[in-house]
Amino acid sequence: MSDRHDITLRVNGATHHVNVEPRYSLADTLRDACGLTGTHLGCEHGVCGACTVLIDGRATRSCLVFAVQVEGSEIETVEGLAEPDGTLHPLQQAFWEHHGLQCGFCTPGFLMLALGALRENPDMDDEELRDLIASNLCRCTGYQNILTAVRAAADMMRAKAQPAPNP
Amino acid sequence: MKPAAFAYLKPENLAEALQFVADNADDGKLLAGGQSLVPAMNFRLARPETLIDISGLEALDGVNDRPEALSIGALTRHATFHKPVSDGALGRLLVKVVGHIAHYPIRQRGTFGGSLCHADPAAEWCLVATALDATMRLESSGDARDVPAEAFFRGSFTTALEPNEILTRITIPKLPDATGTGFVEFARRKGDFALAMALTTLHLEGNTIRSARVGLGGVADRALRMTEIEAALVGKPATPETFVTAGQMARDQISPRGDIHGSAEYRRDLGGALLERALAEAAEEARGAVST
Ligand SMILES: Cc1cc2nc3c(=O)[nH]c(=O)nc-3n(C[C@H](O)[C@H](O)[C@H](O)COP(=O)(O)OP(=O)(O)OC[C@H]3O[C@@H](n4cnc5c(N)ncnc54)[C@H](O)[C@@H]3O)c2cc1C
Ligand code: FES
Ligand code: FES
Repeated sequence: MSDRHDITLRVNGATHHVNVEPRYSLADTLRDACGLTGTHLGCEHGVCGACTVLIDGRATRSCLVFAVQVEGSEIETVEGLAEPDGTLHPLQQAFWEHHGLQCGFCTPGFLMLALGALRENPDMDDEELRDLIASNLCRCTGYQNILTAVRAAADMMRAKAQPAPNP
Repeated sequence: MKPAAFAYLKPENLAEALQFVADNADDGKLLAGGQSLVPAMNFRLARPETLIDISGLEALDGVNDRPEALSIGALTRHATFHKPVSDGALGRLLVKVVGHIAHYPIRQRGTFGGSLCHADPAAEWCLVATALDATMRLESSGDARDVPAEAFFRGSFTTALEPNEILTRITIPKLPDATGTGFVEFARRKGDFALAMALTTLHLEGNTIRSARVGLGGVADRALRMTEIEAALVGKPATPETFVTAGQMARDQISPRGDIHGSAEYRRDLGGALLERALAEAAEEARGAVST
């Protein structure tokens, strides 16, 4: 019954060989087997969004996916956001500048949620952003600063994506 | 909050999946998007011995836009409906509905067919299937049958699916071009299951209702199609008075159960009020459709 599987996970471009029981969630596997503890677990039943990661580009609750299911997929976690030299991703920078966090427990989930959604639609208006941000729970910052931060990050990401206009 | 141990099977194709469900009919469960099953397993409300993971079966993912109907693969993700999957009233209606299902990340993974098989009385897709006469294709090893929505849903979390069957496709007839549609629901928090919801379609001639569909969700053990209200609407002017009368008929016909989220009376009144709003929305859209 409790058979174990040797699987290979691709996380932030790196390869991890891990040995898991089928019942291990992707979240637990990232934390315990890959040592990537930036992905947090709050509710473990899909409500809070603290565990949000990208699976093949799609923002997903990693507490509701088993690690055995995502062999062959590209997984992105909060650890992959900053550049190797430590330069923060626009989302991280904006959360810092606009006080989008207090205790920070929910932050990795919000960052990955926003990353997945902004890649799909870089031009979300405020109503769409509010709707999106309601996906995850934050119990201390309040949503206004998170909205401001995501909106600012979206502006930065759009500016980065476009070549600078000729002066 | 960790699930009990289980054995994991990942079929390569539908034939193999059907074999696996036949072999594990007693204690196996299909895993589609996992957005209802895995929470239940984490709470240990569900303890399947074997999980058969069909989430990778590409043949069951995607929508065929046929002239007379949409044929929806059971594994089509909710998020596929964020953009219209077909021109016309049905594609537009599905866009209106999908935004009410859970949250963005859950819609990236949860599936249309999984929602129908789970059969939550307040699931949006179950109301769509019931109100719009969807047909479910249920396959087993060497056999297949087509089951209309009214026979598929048997009650709260209960369907006509046999343990050796897989829901493979859902067919929803297209709506005539000039149809107006309305969908309104009320939930305490964004993304929660709704306390009640109403889905309507209207076909107008001038301002007179020529045909109507009326469905209510969250007010009984399954989604309801309200055929008496549909019949009463035909021939009436599409006015607020007509819609208020329809809402009153709904209040008289439903007997929702109260729970910690809302009393029985509250839900009864909500069902009627949402129906009025959904009809007004459908009428406005139908007028726009005629004038353009
Ligand atoms: C926080 C949260 C909020 C939610 N809010 C809503 C909401 O507002 N409205 C709503 O409708 N849903 C909501 N959901 C549920 C979500 O829509 C699920 O995706 C859906 O109910 C089940 O689809 P799934 O693909 O995830 O199925 P799974 O969880 O994989 O399976 C559900 C059940 O159906 C069976 N099954 C799945 N596919 C098949 C098939 N093809 N043939 C036979 N049996 C099958 C499984 O064995 C299982 O018993 C919410 C979920 C969460 C976690
Ligand atoms: S821990 Fe996954 S949604 Fe809460
Ligand atoms: S910053 Fe503390 S929960 Fe969001």
